[in-house]
Amino acid sequence: MAPVSAAQDIPHTDVDPFCPETLEDPLPMQAELREAGPVVRLGRYGIHATARYEEVRAALCDWQSFQSAAGVGLSNFRYEQPWRPPSLLLEADPPHHDAPRTVLARTLGPRALRELREDWFADAAQLVDQVLTGHEFDAVTQLAEAFPLRVFPDAVGIPRQGRENLLPYGDFLFNSFGPANELVEQGRPRLAELSAWVDDQCRRTVLEDTGFGAAIWAAADRGDITHEQAPLIVRSLLSAGVDTTVHGLAAVLYAFATHPEQWQRLRQEPELARVAFDEAVRWQSPVQTFFRTATTDVELGGTSIAEGEKILMLLGAANRDPRRWDEPDVFDLSRDPSGHVGFGMGIHQCVGQHVARLESEALLTALAHRVEHIELAGSTRRHHNNTLRAWRSLPVRVHLG
Amino acid sequence: MTMDTSPADRATADELRVADKTEVADGVVTLTLRHPRGERLPDWTPGSHVDLTLPCGLTRQYSLCGNRWDARTYRVGVLREPDSRGGSTRIHDELSAGETVAFGGPRNNFTLAPSPRYVFIAGGIGITPLLPMIHQAELVGADWQLLYGGRSRASMAFLDELRTYGRRVTVAPEDERGPLDLPAWLSAPRADTKVYCCGPAPLLDAVDQHCADWPTGLLRTERFVARDRTPARSGAFDVELRRSGLSLTVTPERSVLRALNDAGVHVLSSCRQGLCGTCEVTVLAGEPDHRDSILDDDERARGNCMFPCVSRSGTDSLALDL
Repeated sequence: MAPVSAAQDIPHTDVDPFCPETLEDPLPMQAELREAGPVVRLGRYGIHATARYEEVRAALCDWQSFQSAAGVGLSNFRYEQPWRPPSLLLEADPPHHDAPRTVLARTLGPRALRELREDWFADAAQLVDQVLTGHEFDAVTQLAEAFPLRVFPDAVGIPRQGRENLLPYGDFLFNSFGPANELVEQGRPRLAELSAWVDDQCRRTVLEDTGFGAAIWAAADRGDITHEQAPLIVRSLLSAGVDTTVHGLAAVLYAFATHPEQWQRLRQEPELARVAFDEAVRWQSPVQTFFRTATTDVELGGTSIAEGEKILMLLGAANRDPRRWDEPDVFDLSRDPSGHVGFGMGIHQCVGQHVARLESEALLTALAHRVEHIELAGSTRRHHNNTLRAWRSLPVRVHLG
Repeated sequence: MTMDTSPADRATADELRVADKTEVADGVVTLTLRHPRGERLPDWTPGSHVDLTLPCGLTRQYSLCGNRWDARTYRVGVLREPDSRGGSTRIHDELSAGETVAFGGPRNNFTLAPSPRYVFIAGGIGITPLLPMIHQAELVGADWQLLYGGRSRASMAFLDELRTYGRRVTVAPEDERGPLDLPAWLSAPRADTKVYCCGPAPLLDAVDQHCADWPTGLLRTERFVARDRTPARSGAFDVELRRSGLSLTVTPERSVLRALNDAGVHVLSSCRQGLCGTCEVTVLAGEPDHRDSILDDDERARGNCMFPCVSRSGTDSLALDL
C-alpha cells in the first residue's frame, strides 16, 4: 500500500489573505486559519501558512530551516527576479546577513538613541502643541505621519526636499510582498521615479555628516561592511523605517481613542507609554505577514514542508492566538505584551524597534501631558496594503486637561 | 498582570548541559554543550564567545567553534593552562559529561567583516574562533589562507578538520618549523585582504607590531583579558526598587525579569535571551552579573545598566531605578 501523502492531511482552504475584504478586516480570516490547524494549505497560492503563535514564532526563529534570501514575500527569488536589488538585511541569510545586521543594530541601538531622546521629546511636545490648537483633527496625517516624518529623516540625515516620496515608496514595498494584485499595479506607475529618489538619498554625498546614514558609511570606512553595501543598508532605513512606525503610532492612537479608561490609566501612570505601544503593536500588528522559504524538508507543527516551498507567517494572527494570550482581542495596559511577534523574532527581528518605541514614547508622553480625553470624531478609514494593517484617516476630538 | 506561561518563555535557559567532553589534542578538550531540554540556543556569529561559570563559581570566556547551522549545540575548545587561576584545570580534571554550567552571551568582539580575501593566523588554542570564520569564508567563496602555529603537532587541535581544506591551510608546529614566518605572511597590507589573528599574547604583540603602519580595519585580533570578576553567585539575592519602594528576593530558578513581573512591576521585554535590548533597566547600586549579548566589556564594567531577562547579581543586593 502506498504511504499516505502528508499533504493530504493538511487542512486546505481557499481563503485569500490578500483580498480587499480581508485587508479591510483581517480578524475573521486570522481566526479561520488559526483554528483550521497549526499549519494550513492556501489553495489559491499553493503554499503553506501558519497563524498560531507557537508555530509562527518557531518559524521566525529557525533561520536555518526557513530562509529569507528567497524573498520574504510570496515571490520566490529562486525563480523570480526581484523588483529591486534584495535587501542586505530583510532578504538575506547568514553569513551575508551578519555584517550589515551588526552595523545597523549598533547604529539604531539604545545607546545610540540616547542622544536623540531629549530632542525627540521636545519635538513631540512642539508638534502636539501645534496640533492641539484645533480640538478635532486627523490623527493619521497630523500625528502618526507627521511625527515620524519630522524626526526620522532628520535622524538618518537626508535632505528636506522630496521627503513626501518616503510613504508611497514604503507603501509599494510592503504591497510587493503580497501577490501581484491591484494594489501592486496601482503603485507601479511611480515606482521608477520613487526608487530613483530613494537610491539617490543613500549616497554619501547627499547624506548629512552626522546621523544614521553617516554612521553606516563610517562603518564602511572602518571595514566593518563594504562601501558597496553601505547605500543598500541606508536604503533599509528609508524602506522599513517610516510606514511601519506611522501605522504603529496610528494603532496606538486608535486604541486610546476607543478605550477611554486605558487613556486615563496612561495619564495616571505615564511610564506605561512603552507598554502601551507594544500592546498596540500586538493588538493591531502593523506588519501583518511575512513569508519564509524552507531550506530543507522540514517539519512545523506536525506538518512537513518541502524544500523550496514558501510559508506565510501571519504575525497578526499569532498576536491574537488565544493559546498564548488571555482575551487576545482586548487592548489592555495591564497585560504584559512582551514576546509578541509584531516586530518579528530571531535574527531578523525589527532592527529599528528601539527607534519606533522612542518615537511612540515621545509622542504619547506629550499627548498625555495635555489631553484629558481623546475620542473618535467621525468614521475611520483603513488604508489597504498587502502587508501592513494601515489607516488612511482617524478623525479624533480631544478635550484638554 | 497577565501571567506569562508560553513554552517559548520557559525555553530561556541560563544553563548548558555538557553533552560530551573529548580530548582532541595534548592538553586540549572540546566540550559539546546543549540546552538542558534540548531547545534552540541563542544565535551567534563567527568570533563569538560565551562566558561559562563553572560549578566552583569561576567564570571564563571561550570562543564558540562549532557549526551555527546546528542551533542546538555549542562547541568550545579548552586548553589546560597550569599557570591560570584554575578555570581550565577544573574543566580538564573535574567537569564531566552530564553536568551543567551557567553561561552568559554569546557576545562577539571579533566579528568577521566581509572581504574578498582573508589571512587567518592562529597560535595554539587561538584556532577556536577562526574555525567558524574559515567555514564562513568557504561558504561565501572568499579566497583565504590559514597559518596555524603551535608548540608541536600533537598539541594542535582540529588538524583533522582542517585537513579537508587542503592547501589553504599551512600547519607550522614550532618544534618542526621554528617560529611563524610573519614577515612572509604579512609582507604588505592589501585593501582586498583582512587579517584575523588569535593566539597567545606574544603572537598578538608580534602581529600588532608588524602591522602597526597598516590602514585601520585590515588587521583584526582578539585578546582575552583576564578580568578579576566577582565570583558568580548561585544563591538568591535581593533587588531593591528605589522608585516604587519595593524589595524582592530573586531565587536561583527565576530570572530578575520574572521576579519583577511577578511583583507587578512592568518591564517590557521581547527576546528574553539578552539579545534584543528591550528590557534594559538602570542599576543604581550593586554589581550586576551580566549574561547578555549586548554590552561590551567597558559597558559591563560601568555596571550602570543591565538586562534582567538574563543578567543577575554579583552582589547580595542590587538597586534598580524602577
